[in-house]
Amino acid sequence: MQNQQSNSIRTVVATGIGAAVIFVLMKFVAIPTGIPNTQVNVSIGFLALLGAIFGPVAAGLAVFIGHALNDFVTYGSPWWTWVIVDGLIGVAFGLAKNRLKIANGALSTSKLVWFNIYQVVVNFVGWVLLAPTGDIIIYHEPATKVYVQGVTTWIIDSISVAIIGTILLVLYSRTRTQRGSLKKER
Amino acid sequence: MTAPIISFKDFSFQYNSQTEPTLRHINLDIYPGEKVLIAGPSGSGKSTLGRCLNGLIPQSYPGKVAGTAMVAGKEVTKSSIFDLSMNVGTVLQDPDSQFVGLTVVEDMAFSLENDQQSQDEMQKATAKWATTLDLKDLLTHRPQELSGGQKQRVSMAGVLIDNSKILLFDEPLASLDPASGKASMALIDHLTHTQDLTVVIIEHRIEDVLQQPIDRLIVMQDGAIVADDKPEAILRQSLMAQLGLREPLYLSALKLAGVDLDTCQHIDSLANLQVPDLTDQLQRWTAGVTLKAPVQHPDPLLTIDHLTFGYDPKAPIINDLSTTLNRGEMVSLVGQNGTGKSTLSNLITGFLTPQQGHMTFNGQPLEHQSVKERADQIGYILQDPNQMISKTLIYDEVAAGLVLRGVDPDTIEQRVYDVLKVCGLYEFRHWPISALSFGQKKRVTIAAILVLEPAMLILDEPTAGQDLQHYTEMMGFLTKINHEKDMTIMLITHDMHLMLEYTDRTIVLGSGNILMDAAPADVLTNDTIIDQASLAKTSLYSLAAAHAINPTEFVAKFVQAEREAR
Amino acid sequence: MQHQLLIGYDDRHTFLNRLSGSTKLLSFVGLSVIGMMTFDTRYLLGIMVFSLILFRFSKIKYRDVSFVMSVIIGFSVLNLVMVYVFAPHYGVDIYGTEHLLLGSSNHYFNLTTEQLFYEFNLLLKYTFAVPLALIFLMTTNPSEFAASLNKIGISYRISYSVAIALRYIPDVQSDYRTISLAQQARGFEISKKAKFMTRVKGGIQIMLPLIFSSLDRIEVISQAMELRRFGKGKKRTWYMAQKFKRNDYLALLVVALLILLGIALFKVNGGRFWNPFK
Repeated sequence: MQNQQSNSIRTVVATGIGAAVIFVLMKFVAIPTGIPNTQVNVSIGFLALLGAIFGPVAAGLAVFIGHALNDFVTYGSPWWTWVIVDGLIGVAFGLAKNRLKIANGALSTSKLVWFNIYQVVVNFVGWVLLAPTGDIIIYHEPATKVYVQGVTTWIIDSISVAIIGTILLVLYSRTRTQRGSLKKER
Repeated sequence: MTAPIISFKDFSFQYNSQTEPTLRHINLDIYPGEKVLIAGPSGSGKSTLGRCLNGLIPQSYPGKVAGTAMVAGKEVTKSSIFDLSMNVGTVLQDPDSQFVGLTVVEDMAFSLENDQQSQDEMQKATAKWATTLDLKDLLTHRPQELSGGQKQRVSMAGVLIDNSKILLFDEPLASLDPASGKASMALIDHLTHTQDLTVVIIEHRIEDVLQQPIDRLIVMQDGAIVADDKPEAILRQSLMAQLGLREPLYLSALKLAGVDLDTCQHIDSLANLQVPDLTDQLQRWTAGVTLKAPVQHPDPLLTIDHLTFGYDPKAPIINDLSTTLNRGEMVSLVGQNGTGKSTLSNLITGFLTPQQGHMTFNGQPLEHQSVKERADQIGYILQDPNQMISKTLIYDEVAAGLVLRGVDPDTIEQRVYDVLKVCGLYEFRHWPISALSFGQKKRVTIAAILVLEPAMLILDEPTAGQDLQHYTEMMGFLTKINHEKDMTIMLITHDMHLMLEYTDRTIVLGSGNILMDAAPADVLTNDTIIDQASLAKTSLYSLAAAHAINPTEFVAKFVQAEREAR
Repeated sequence: MQHQLLIGYDDRHTFLNRLSGSTKLLSFVGLSVIGMMTFDTRYLLGIMVFSLILFRFSKIKYRDVSFVMSVIIGFSVLNLVMVYVFAPHYGVDIYGTEHLLLGSSNHYFNLTTEQLFYEFNLLLKYTFAVPLALIFLMTTNPSEFAASLNKIGISYRISYSVAIALRYIPDVQSDYRTISLAQQARGFEISKKAKFMTRVKGGIQIMLPLIFSSLDRIEVISQAMELRRFGKGKKRTWYMAQKFKRNDYLALLVVALLILLGIALFKVNGGRFWNPFK
């Protein structure tokens, strides 16, 4: 639709603004799940939408930057393994862009089902396979501890994407107007 | 005669998402050194025309193009945005989006950085333009620390630094207070002459732009140019209202006083206006009108008592403020940007908690009421509609408040349709909100609060970004509910016309407290207050003063006559 | 908190302020990486002391960072307790000896010197980079940050994304506050008073205006940047970039030596761990 150069600028801006939104969501939006100290991960729901609209580069970098900045501000120093895994998950969500084709209008149920299976797998690879392995290699933490953390995160994030991500995708796709479709009704 | 720098020949454009063309057969020549105002109601295609000048159309907004458009010797449809940007500097409507640098000086240098200029060159260029645009003391400031007028000057510096010869302003007055707007227009005029610029201003507030001379006024309607002439000629034909534009106030006053416009000279500028026997005619008219006693509103609704608030308690934004709003009043709250108008509303709605003082609403103390409880009685409509819209369809958005309050579906549908009709949105009811213009979105948010029927409404800049027709409809609607339901309405506004014509009482905020609380006509004829609160004198005031009439009396009588005519 | 979002940068007129952002970024990244790799207690302690001394020189006031400190302490304690709960014998596995302090070897929850030592190492690893990170954040002008990223080899587009994030975080944050209150006024709820699904729905209704207005913003900012030729060339210059001076080279040399020392210790220890129990 748009030319190459506009798209590449849009990716840069989407990365920056996406990172700013992820930062703010991580820092300020807490929806309690009912389990003590665990919140719905609102930012990863937004990440699903960001990826579907702007693709792997913007989504991956945005969450990497947003998460790293948030860690800097909250913990003084980023927890790199998780920041990197978040970035990879962003890339994976972005790869769904071509399949979802969200810019073309409403999403079919089959696409949504496919996306949710995909995201659960992606989260599994990220949080149960990659992140704990990274923690073991870099921090040499005991396997049982990091796998428990990984599995917990996998479950929470998958549910967060399933609820928040799906709703955002559906609502966004509904706002896309089809070519020449708008007429005033008297 | 020199060749035009901008030339449209039988140019038409249709956005891909629309069924009808937005621009139809545009023929327009603009010559070097001209200062042109493009006016028209919203949806008339004036912003689209602007996008054709800088290449956003067709590069960023794809669509069907017919005819030719040349800008500075380049064919728009065949040039890149980058090429055109060397000739056309664009100052966008939203200063926050245009300001991409972290500080003023970085934003000024942004395009030079992209041109890979050296730091030395950038320092020279930024120093030069900082002097021209009076930004020297602000260079290291962050955008969050600047006022609207300052941000706009930074935007101008950021495009002038390219030495482009054409400057395009998209609604430059939209986010400025009256005093800054006046200063901005004077600055644009100054730049036009000192920098040999061709200036194109897209704006529907004609009187404010005409404070400085304009060479040509182009009026658009439904995608076509319907008038293209010297402002004087267009004003004389009295076509403004018919074209959906607001006529300058002094002109309306002349007409009210029965002055024959054919006898006037220099009708486009109050300062140079020449009319035989004008003093006589105006004095006669003033003497012939008797002021009616204002309607009394004796029943207090919201009482504010010694309210104090500040993020830093040592520097309170609201300092020991007391006032009472009565049931059925239509009040305007005015004052400079940053004097706490929004803070005061946030205190009333419970978004912020005061450090001292208390408030009662309808006899009940407000202290212990939650944000939501207060919202059932006091509706607050934010300035930026995008901050309020949480549904994707217009109907759902307006219905949301009722749904959350458990109203039955049939009643919801009835009330939503009623309010949509009143707000002029009924025909769009099944549209996604994303397809609406800014002004239309604003009406959606107003509709979404009105549907809850609160006892009091606070509206932040209710008419910003609205053209005359929608402005009149909206204000007519607010006046109607104000009268019929005895609803108290507080309008936070920069629009002197709105305050004068539609409100009975004006509260002027300044340095944390109330500077003046009086009838609008009194406020707008008080030089000290006008100065302190960054308001602007209206042309009515100047007209009256120039003809030995008491301005306050003249303004009050004018407003009364206008209201009776409505 | 109202006005300062990122931990406050301020020109404190120290040599750390005068170093170029690229130097500080490279040093921080370099020392972080080597510190993450090594389990040599002496080395970690050395880096910790080194960074605390630098912290002292930076003239950063403790109260400016006290909030972050308490979060770090909380985070570290939580993790250390978790490590102990899940693997109380992990230290014994690593170091190959067992010096009991409490309980006996067949108890699950016993306490050994090895475990304490291992967890002490973990604590050092959680915290050693914090003073460095704080110095980096609080002495580097945010305006210079993107230029620094670009200088150390990251593409200018990505670098500018970071600049945009820093530029718009305060705006997005204040938008969020306003939106959240306005939506709560309309009756949307996210606190524990509501049921879980109501909370989630409320949360989404609050997020939506933020997300949609941010998406709009992306469009307008992209246009604004394109109208000012962002992305025109393969490179771009930076108004705020700082040239390398003598001190920058000196600082980088010191950091390089420290990193080499860390690598040398891998050889000496025959692995990542320094084992004092042998």
